Amino acid sequence: MSDQPTTPAEALLAADAAAGPLLETTTGPHLWERAFTTRRMMIDVLIGLLPVTAAAVWFFRAAAVCQIVTCVVAALAAEYVFTFARRKPFSLLDGSGLITGLILAFSLPPGLPPYMSAIGAIVAVALGKMIFGGLGYNIFNPAMVGRAFLMACFTAEMTTWAAPVGATTGATPLAAGGASLLKLFEGNVAGSLGETSAAMIILGGLWLLLRKAGDWRLTAGMLIGVALVAPVDHWARESGHSLTVLQHLLSGAVLLGAFFIVTDPVSSPLTKPGRWIFGLGVGMLTVVIRIFGNNPEGVMFAVLVMNAMTPLLNRWTQPRPVGGHAKKE
Amino acid sequence: MDIGHLVAIAITAAVIQNIVLTYFMGICPFLGVSRRVDMAFGMGAAVTFVNTAAGVVTYLLQAYVLIPYHLEFLQYVVFIFVIAAMVQLVEMYLRKFFPRLYDSFGIYLPLITTNCAILGTTLLIWIKGFGTLAQATVFSAFVGVGFTLAIVIMAGIREELDFADVPKALRGPAITLMIAAILAMAFMGFAGIGG
Repeated sequence: MSDQPTTPAEALLAADAAAGPLLETTTGPHLWERAFTTRRMMIDVLIGLLPVTAAAVWFFRAAAVCQIVTCVVAALAAEYVFTFARRKPFSLLDGSGLITGLILAFSLPPGLPPYMSAIGAIVAVALGKMIFGGLGYNIFNPAMVGRAFLMACFTAEMTTWAAPVGATTGATPLAAGGASLLKLFEGNVAGSLGETSAAMIILGGLWLLLRKAGDWRLTAGMLIGVALVAPVDHWARESGHSLTVLQHLLSGAVLLGAFFIVTDPVSSPLTKPGRWIFGLGVGMLTVVIRIFGNNPEGVMFAVLVMNAMTPLLNRWTQPRPVGGHAKKE
Repeated sequence: MDIGHLVAIAITAAVIQNIVLTYFMGICPFLGVSRRVDMAFGMGAAVTFVNTAAGVVTYLLQAYVLIPYHLEFLQYVVFIFVIAAMVQLVEMYLRKFFPRLYDSFGIYLPLITTNCAILGTTLLIWIKGFGTLAQATVFSAFVGVGFTLAIVIMAGIREELDFADVPKALRGPAITLMIAAILAMAFMGFAGIGG
């Protein structure tokens, strides 16, 4: 009897055997992406921030460059001092200090005196991250801690927004009763450095989500949260001050927050339901603060409040194992 | 009775002018009993009960005894006395029905007497000029709710920090106070809501 296949079916089988098994079985854990490291994630965030950086430099020219450089240098210097003092390896290479500096720079009004930006960056890294033990342990989003500190210390400077080069308006669209949607989309409005151009933020943000450097549930949750509460504005404030739902979504820091701030994997919840609640909470609180509070913008406060709730959300939304007990006792 | 006004008082007392994060009162149990979430919740419930009871009783005493007889100068003494009595009540109740919780509180349970949040609430009722018993009751109850909110949030964070590499010098009360500072900055955002 020969080994040569005699029927077409046997020929197919022999070809399959040569090509390898149909079903491969391996033991877990199944790492589908071996390069999914902190460093790769941070690089993806940096790439995602490129369009925002470009828009900031385009609209605010030298002021933007000065602000970004100040914040990044101060953040890295603070990180260096703290790691040096604790005799730990310098954590510059994971890129998180760089991103904290960048996000802070984008969330500050252009033309803020450089020493204030530097104070913000130092507080962001020191109080926001290093006192908890560095990256991975911080409870709050470091950039938002730095910004909140500046907001408490220099309220007047923090709520004066310079107009982009070549534009005429001076007040942020949130306070001035809204800008046209096209202007908001391209970014030719007054506002914090990196929050003006909706188009560029969405471009960079989509890259971030596609690379899974940020969870889309957080972004979607926040945008839905804003859209849910925004209609209240229509009857809560007189017509000159109220914004439409789309204006709420496109103006201020909502988009920057939804794509780049709430997606911080350290200070957001670990579970999927927790992430939905977190995103919805940030979005809804943002609009409530915008409409009813003294502050024109609420993203930063909303993020900090929900950051504080994150440990509780993690605790309450833990999935129950199949067949497991509802409670430990 | 204006329900809308009562709701505004409740939200203001619990969130917008949170007793711990805006007035910085009640810091000692906030630091001392915020290590575990369940303990923090128990302390919050105890404080809420004492706060509500003391708020109601001191309101009645002030309105119907102290003011008619021009004895306002006795306000502090009388209020502390009422609060101490209420704490004693809670202590007896907990020792009988929740002995484990009672043991875990330790010194912090009798210390509710000197919790400035509670004396603060009973005095704030008069400083803010609430005119009716209903307003005073809602206010003192929701100050307690706000205290519970703050201490439970803090306990959640501190449980998470058990795994963190916090610098040695900052462990314990130091990091807790720094977190409280960040929380206070976050709650600043609610300023202006509800007038």
